[in-house]
Amino acid sequence: MTTMTSNPAAAPLTVAVPPRRRKLPGWASGMIWVALAVAVLTTASYLTGVPQLTSSGTTQTAVVLALPILLAGLGGLWSERAGVVNIGLEGMMIFGTWGAAYGGYYWGPWAGLACAAAFGALGGLVHAIATVTFGVNHIVSGVAMNLLGAGIAKYLSTLIFEPLSHNPRSSPTVPKFDTYSASGLSDWLQQLEQQQRVGISDVAGLLRGIVTGVSPMTMVTIALVPITFLVLWRTRFGLRLRSCGENPVAAESLGVNVYLHKYVAVIASGALAGMAGAALVLNPGQSGYLEGQTNGRGYIGLAAMIFGNWRPGGLLGGAALFGYSDGLQLSSGGKTVLALIYGAVLLLAVLVIVQLVRRKWLAASVGFVAAGGLYAVYWSVDSLPTEFTPYLPHFVTLIVLTVASQRLRPPAADGFIYRRGQGD
Amino acid sequence: MNLLRGKLMPPLLAIVFSALLCSVALVISGSNPGTALSAMVSQVGHGTTAVDIVNSASVYYLAGLAVAIGFKMNLFNIGVEGQFRVAAVTAAVVGGALRLPPVLDAIVILLVAVLTGALYAAIPAVLKVTRGVNEVISTIMLNAIAMGIVAYMIRPDVFGVLHGNNISTAEIPTAGQVPGISFGSGGTVFGLVILAAAIGVGYWVMMNRSRFGFELRASGESPTAATAGGVNAKKMVLTAMLLSGGIAGLVAMPELLGRDHSYGIISPAGYGFTGIAVALLGRNHPGGVAFGALLWAFLDKSALALDNVGVPKEIVTIMQGTIVLSVVVAYEIVRRVELAAEQRRVGRELGNTGGTPPQPAVASAGGES
Repeated sequence: MTTMTSNPAAAPLTVAVPPRRRKLPGWASGMIWVALAVAVLTTASYLTGVPQLTSSGTTQTAVVLALPILLAGLGGLWSERAGVVNIGLEGMMIFGTWGAAYGGYYWGPWAGLACAAAFGALGGLVHAIATVTFGVNHIVSGVAMNLLGAGIAKYLSTLIFEPLSHNPRSSPTVPKFDTYSASGLSDWLQQLEQQQRVGISDVAGLLRGIVTGVSPMTMVTIALVPITFLVLWRTRFGLRLRSCGENPVAAESLGVNVYLHKYVAVIASGALAGMAGAALVLNPGQSGYLEGQTNGRGYIGLAAMIFGNWRPGGLLGGAALFGYSDGLQLSSGGKTVLALIYGAVLLLAVLVIVQLVRRKWLAASVGFVAAGGLYAVYWSVDSLPTEFTPYLPHFVTLIVLTVASQRLRPPAADGFIYRRGQGD
Repeated sequence: MNLLRGKLMPPLLAIVFSALLCSVALVISGSNPGTALSAMVSQVGHGTTAVDIVNSASVYYLAGLAVAIGFKMNLFNIGVEGQFRVAAVTAAVVGGALRLPPVLDAIVILLVAVLTGALYAAIPAVLKVTRGVNEVISTIMLNAIAMGIVAYMIRPDVFGVLHGNNISTAEIPTAGQVPGISFGSGGTVFGLVILAAAIGVGYWVMMNRSRFGFELRASGESPTAATAGGVNAKKMVLTAMLLSGGIAGLVAMPELLGRDHSYGIISPAGYGFTGIAVALLGRNHPGGVAFGALLWAFLDKSALALDNVGVPKEIVTIMQGTIVLSVVVAYEIVRRVELAAEQRRVGRELGNTGGTPPQPAVASAGGES
C-alpha cells in the first residue's frame, strides 16, 4: 500500500533485511513516545493556559472515542496481515452498529456486542468470498462492501426499528454497559488535578480520565490488543496467517492452507469491525443506532493501523492519537484545538532538532517551515472556525500519514490476489 | 460474438442475481416482489420521472467517468465526492459574484469548477507521489474535510446568503445559467446533459486514440511493463488524478447551472460514491458507464413508487449494493471461464490433447479494456 524502505522490526519471513543499528525494544520506544507526548501536552497546556488539553474530561472522552478506531484498526490488522486489504471496514462497522442496537435492545449490552461481532463477521465472510475465492480486486470489493453495509443497515432499520422508534434513521434507546471507576485512585488523582500544579496535575488529569468511568467495552477492547499480538506473533497459527500475507506461494509450498487462513483472518477482521460499531452504539453518550453514525471511522481505523506500521502496539498509539484529537474537539472546541496546534509546533521543534543532530538537512528544513506555518496560524487567529473543528481527526490523519508513511513496511503480499497453485 | 457475450453477460447476470436476492428479501419481509417491480417500471411513465432519470444519469455519468479515469490505472480516487463539493461551492460563489455576458459567464463558471476540482485532487496526488500516502485514505479524509469547507464557505459572514432558514451562496444571474430542453409537463432536461455526453466521447477518444490513454492503460495493466516502456509513473499518477478531479469538478454543474442556481448546505451529496459504483458497473468503458448511470438513476427515481405499494424504498440501496458486488464477481468468473476455454483451444490446436493442459501464468491484474 505504501512505499517500503527500511524495516524497524523485521517480520520473521522477510529475506535479507540489511543490518541496522540496534534499536530499542518495542515497549521501550513506546514508553519514550508516551513520555514525549505527555511532556508536549503539559508544556503546551502550561504555555497557552488551556487546562482542557490535559483535563480528565478530555481523556475520558478520548478513551471512549478511541475504542471504535482501535477495534476497526485491529480488524484491518488481522486481514492485512493475511494479505487482504480491507477497505470494507466501514461497511462492516455499519453492520455492527445495526447488530449492536438490535441485540442490545432485546437482550442487553453483552448480547448487543455479540450480535455486532456476528453481523460484522458476516460482512467479513462476503468480503472473503469475493476477494479470496473469486479473486476480485480487494479495494473494489471493499468499496462494494461499504455500499452494501450502508444499504442493508438502512433497509433493516426501516423494517425493524421504525415501528419501535418512529424514526427510520435511528433505533430506540439501547441499554448500556455499567461503568466502573477505580474509586480510591480516581479520587486521589482528582485532588491532585485540582491543585493545578504544573506537570503533576496534568499527568493526574490524563491518568484519571483513563481509570474513571471504564466500561467492560473498554476492558475488552484494550485486552484485544495483547491478545491479537500473542495470537498473531506467538502462535503457530499466527505465523501461518502472517506468512499468507508475506509470501503465499512459499506458505503453500510448506503445506499451509492459504485460503483457509485468509478466510479466518478476514472473518475475524469483520467481527472486530462489527465490535467497533458496537463501541459506537453502546457508548454512554449515544442513544443507539443512528444512520451515518460511523462517519468514516472505519477508514480512520485503517489509517491508525498504517500509522502503527501494521503492528498492534503502533496501532494503539495511532488510535490514542485520533481518539484524543476527536475528544478534544468534541469536549471543548476551537480554542483548545488552537492550543493543540501550539503543541504540534513544540513537537515539530523537537523533531527538527533531532533531524539537525542527524544531519538530515532537508527533513529539518521542511519541519522548520511546517512549524513556522502552524505557529503563524496560532498567532494570527483567536479561534478556529467551528466548521472545521469536527474534522480535526481527519486533518491529523492526513498530516500523520504524510509524515510517517515512508518508514513503514506493509506485509509484502498485501493486496495481491492469490490463486491456489499459482506458484507451480 | 464471443467478445460481446463476455462483455454483456456479467452485468446481466449481476442484475438478475441481485433482483433475485432482493425478491428473497422482499418475500421474507412479507411483500410481493412482482408488484414492487411493476410499480417501479410503471413509475417511469408518470409525471417527470423519465426526464428526472436522464438528469440524474447525467450527473452520475460525470461522476462515473471521473472515477473511471483513475480506475483505469489502478488509482482509486474515492475523493470524487469531496472534489465535486468543493468545486461546486467555489463555482457557485464565483458565479454569484460574476457579472459577465451570457455564455461567457457560464463558461467561466465551468472552468472555475474544473480547476477547483483538479486542485483539490492535486493534494492526494502530490502526497502519493512525494510521500507515498495511500490515495484511498487521503481522499477519504479530504472528503470529510470538504464538508467543513462547504459549511465554512456558505457561512453568512463569509460568502453565504440567508434565505429564510436556509443558507446558501448568492444566486447565479441568468447570464450564468444554462437553459434546459423543455418537454412541457414532462419536465426539463438539463442543457449540460449534452456536455456530459461530449465528455463521454472525449473520454473514449483519449483512452483509445491517444498516446496518453495508451500509457494510462498500460500503467494500469502492468506497472512494470509501463515503466520499462518509458512511462513516468509519477507523472501518470499526477495527470490521471488531475483529470479525474477536473471532471469531478463538473459533477454538480448540471444541477447548479440548470436548476438550483445556488449551492447550499442541503444541496445533494453522495454523487461521488454513486460514481464509484457506476464506474465499476460499467467496467470503466464510456458506454458501460452510461448504462450504469441510467440504471442507477432508474433505481433511484422509480424507488419513490415503492412507498405507494407498501415496500420500504431502502430495498433499492440493497439492490444497488448487491449489483456492484455481483458484477465484479461475475466479471471475474467470466474472465476465468474464457481463460480456461482459451487454454483448451490452444491445447487442441497444438495437438496436445493428452496429458496435462498447458498452464500459462494467470495475469494478476484482473483488468480488461
